[in-house]
Amino acid sequence: MPTEKDSRTGTLKDAKPDDHDLRVIGAPRRRVDARAKVTGQTRFADDIFLPRMAYCKLLRSPHPHARIRSIDTSRALAHPGVYLVLTGKDLPIEYGILPVSQDEQALCLDHVRHVGDPVAAVIAREELTAFEALDLIDVEYEILPTISDPEEALATPKPRIHEYGDEGNIHKRVSLEFGDVEQGFAEADEIFEDTFFYQGSTHLPIEQHASVAIKDPEGKLTIWSSTQTPHYLHRALAKVLEMPPAHIRVIATPNGGGFGGKSDPFNHEIVVAKAALILDRPVKICLTREEVFYCHRGRHPVLMKFRTGVKKDGTITGVHLQTLIDGGAYGSYGVASTFYTGALQTTTYHIPRYKFQGCRTFTNKPPCGPKRGHGTPQPRFGQEVQLDKIAEKLHLDPAELRLRIVESSNTVTANFLRLGTVGLGECIRRVVRISGWDQKFRKLPEGRGVGLACSAYLTGAGLPIYWNKMPHSGVQLKLDRGGGVTVFCGATEIGQGSDDVLAAVVAEVLGVTTYDIRVYTGDTDLGPVDLGSYSSRVTLMAGNAAIQAAQRAKAMLAEAVAARLEVPKDRLRFTDNRVFDEASPEKSMSFQEAVCLAEAQFGTIGTVGSYTPPKSPAQYKGGGVGPSPTYSYTAAVIEVEVNPATGWITVPKVWIAHDIGRALNPVLVRGQVEGSVYMGLGEALMEEQEFRRLPKNRSHALVHKFPSILEYKSPTALDMPEVFTELVEQPDPQGPFGAKEVGQGPLLPIMPAVANAVYDAVGVRIDEVPITPEKIMKALAEKRAGRAPRFGPSQFPHVDWPEALRVPPPWEGGDGNAVNEPPRAAKTRAEREKVLRP
Amino acid sequence: MAILPIESEKTARIRMTLNGEETDVSFAPYKTLLEVLREDLGHTGTKHGCELGECGACAVLVNEKPVLACLVLALECDRKNVATVEGLAADGNLHPLQEAFADLGAAQCGYCTPGILVTAKALLDQTGHPSRDQIREALSGNLCRCTGYLQIFEAVEAAMMKISEQPERPARNSAAMGPPALR
Repeated sequence: MPTEKDSRTGTLKDAKPDDHDLRVIGAPRRRVDARAKVTGQTRFADDIFLPRMAYCKLLRSPHPHARIRSIDTSRALAHPGVYLVLTGKDLPIEYGILPVSQDEQALCLDHVRHVGDPVAAVIAREELTAFEALDLIDVEYEILPTISDPEEALATPKPRIHEYGDEGNIHKRVSLEFGDVEQGFAEADEIFEDTFFYQGSTHLPIEQHASVAIKDPEGKLTIWSSTQTPHYLHRALAKVLEMPPAHIRVIATPNGGGFGGKSDPFNHEIVVAKAALILDRPVKICLTREEVFYCHRGRHPVLMKFRTGVKKDGTITGVHLQTLIDGGAYGSYGVASTFYTGALQTTTYHIPRYKFQGCRTFTNKPPCGPKRGHGTPQPRFGQEVQLDKIAEKLHLDPAELRLRIVESSNTVTANFLRLGTVGLGECIRRVVRISGWDQKFRKLPEGRGVGLACSAYLTGAGLPIYWNKMPHSGVQLKLDRGGGVTVFCGATEIGQGSDDVLAAVVAEVLGVTTYDIRVYTGDTDLGPVDLGSYSSRVTLMAGNAAIQAAQRAKAMLAEAVAARLEVPKDRLRFTDNRVFDEASPEKSMSFQEAVCLAEAQFGTIGTVGSYTPPKSPAQYKGGGVGPSPTYSYTAAVIEVEVNPATGWITVPKVWIAHDIGRALNPVLVRGQVEGSVYMGLGEALMEEQEFRRLPKNRSHALVHKFPSILEYKSPTALDMPEVFTELVEQPDPQGPFGAKEVGQGPLLPIMPAVANAVYDAVGVRIDEVPITPEKIMKALAEKRAGRAPRFGPSQFPHVDWPEALRVPPPWEGGDGNAVNEPPRAAKTRAEREKVLRP
Repeated sequence: MAILPIESEKTARIRMTLNGEETDVSFAPYKTLLEVLREDLGHTGTKHGCELGECGACAVLVNEKPVLACLVLALECDRKNVATVEGLAADGNLHPLQEAFADLGAAQCGYCTPGILVTAKALLDQTGHPSRDQIREALSGNLCRCTGYLQIFEAVEAAMMKISEQPERPARNSAAMGPPALR
């Protein structure tokens, strides 16, 4: 298998995989679900209409922080057409996506924590009736003081937003040190210290969350829902409804966009399930757009401080990163997000000593969670902008600096992440070449500039969300006498093309076309578990499971065909819906005949495949976040034009190279890259989840500044620049046919590349996202006044960090364990499993 | 505050041409065209993302002009010609726009796709050979969060080329999308 020689200096011959035998993989192809999508036949959750269906609406808190003194639902219940009103006491059991933060209630029992927290549900014959009846519910609140940002949370331990967490309103504090970072700074020629702020943003999927639940004819529960994680919803429903999971069926309908925003189990899903069980009739909910903003789970606002030591040649001697994270009102994925703000800094450039401290606080705002890149775009922004500053100070070209320090393939990093293929060097060389970087950088006229940035991302989280030893993805395959092949898998189609991946890899192995394959996904009754569409895991994990199942089926067919054709099994080829002897191709039969022969010999042909990621060497506490079977790499060059008179920024061109391992379907891969560029530009230039306080005399409440699509600015067709995409294909042994992820990684370099380009254009540093004309004007004013030409945070507040867990890196003899880790809670794994059981 | 019980009494009734078919429909008078299409006529191909006229997902053609179905009362569509994504294909064949969108990655999650397809159809019908800038302008009211738009522009251009190579559109298709007089 071709690998990159030396990513620092070596030139790389285009390592194109040996793919002359591949018929499906690598060919630009119409995705299997395309026809349904262009004819409007794809059935999203809100497209489901069932006989006798009732509609649910949620009454949401108008206060950002309050105790519920009383709720009187009698007037609502008496309203004509209302079937049922539920409140917190009907669903008191707490749940949450992570076992360590089971802190949500489907309907708040006695405490609301953000504007939009649900307190009651009305189920009625008509949606409008349910909506009207919300006004008839009388809730008495006791208003509590609110916390608007992490600094306020640090300074205000009481009242607590939650009764759990590390301390006061601090949800989680972590401190990890891999090698003596102060020693690293002592060896440095220069030390750089920079603070950055990355504003929060939301996913804004065009489909509003919707769910339909029924008590099925056997009396069990079925729910269709726009969820990216049917398996985790399944577990949450079983827990809160106190039902055996075997009596619950979750069907993830195709998601009309997810981007991480449909990855938590949601209160509205649990409420309609409960209502359907009580009423014995279908119950539907579709959130309004405003409610989608309150569900949120989007990008965490993060304040960061980077301290980086470098040698004169650019070699990094140590990095100390601190992050202060605005978690919003609930835990969500937040503990994982906290670790993610520090986990992947080591995966791009060689960092011999690394210290990371992260702190997530609760605030009275909609909860943050995983948005495309989950916790890593924020520190990636800081690291890549700081590298730009380092390059300038050292009189190095930013591309050259990065090429010198790019991490090598098959390395174990300071924090014990095992890297697979690292195509980053090639990505940098490609974008430098195709963008004409050498003719542009520091050479364009005032007001125009180019910036470069890089990134890495997981190809699937190496650990599941709840501790277990089972596979992360499973596939069942059924071959029928008609030559049909059916794939069953829990994977969830959110637009990324997971159904197409399953069909493609099975078609390739069995020598049929994707049109011969039916794919049934996202249904907990029909398919084996796949953990969900998050962490860029599905192509690699479900893809590998599907290959295993297909190879097992192929082996059965080969044995039956070999006996009939009287040729050795290993000479049989499966191609173009035929099975033949490669030595004498006239000895052949159709795929369908082969299936019939195999069925006669073995009985019904059904096979299974499973995938479990390799064990990570990171054994220290906190080492569960960051490991992945392999990582994708991206480099981007962005050109900007900045009007110095107005600060207005336009982005005419983006050049981006992505190390995909292998593109299973280049049409879809390009779509993911361009979609990431688009979403990254939105975050870089305009998208922000902002809040404001109402005046003191009008409740002083903390409210969402603009919970509507019109005012939450996102790029339109008019804003999208030209994008030149290059795919670097060096198959990674861990991936299906060598494939790595593409759904998230290409977003990461966009924001810092824009910031670096703005500096090249007008000579000001915007150390904050989004980069708006107003901030550019302020920085230009600073520049004219002879002060630091910069806009961004100047300080990182004091945090009482816990003693760092000290983990010696591999090159200092470390074994992946901390040398000072206190004995872990004396729970056995069996006990932990019990705790985690629904 | 006084609550008026609003029951969905289907007291309104209109006749429109929906994807080429004369269609009578009764509905509660406050309903939007979007709601009547999806809830009363079972045409769920048209989607919604905000119901406030902000996202463009619910675009349909009324008398060949793209409109946001969430902002139009169904009552306003009496005697009008309404076309949705369900009417794009004809004689079992996909419209060239649908073919191009499917082949060129212009539909990822597929949720904004119906609105974009009918908006693009109106553009091609009116302009014939729009420039890239005209395509951008025409689609600027249709938000897509998946694709970054570029594959959508390319698909519209590919369909445009295909249509110009085959000037004779199938008769049934033009009737389906055309004014009711043609039927």
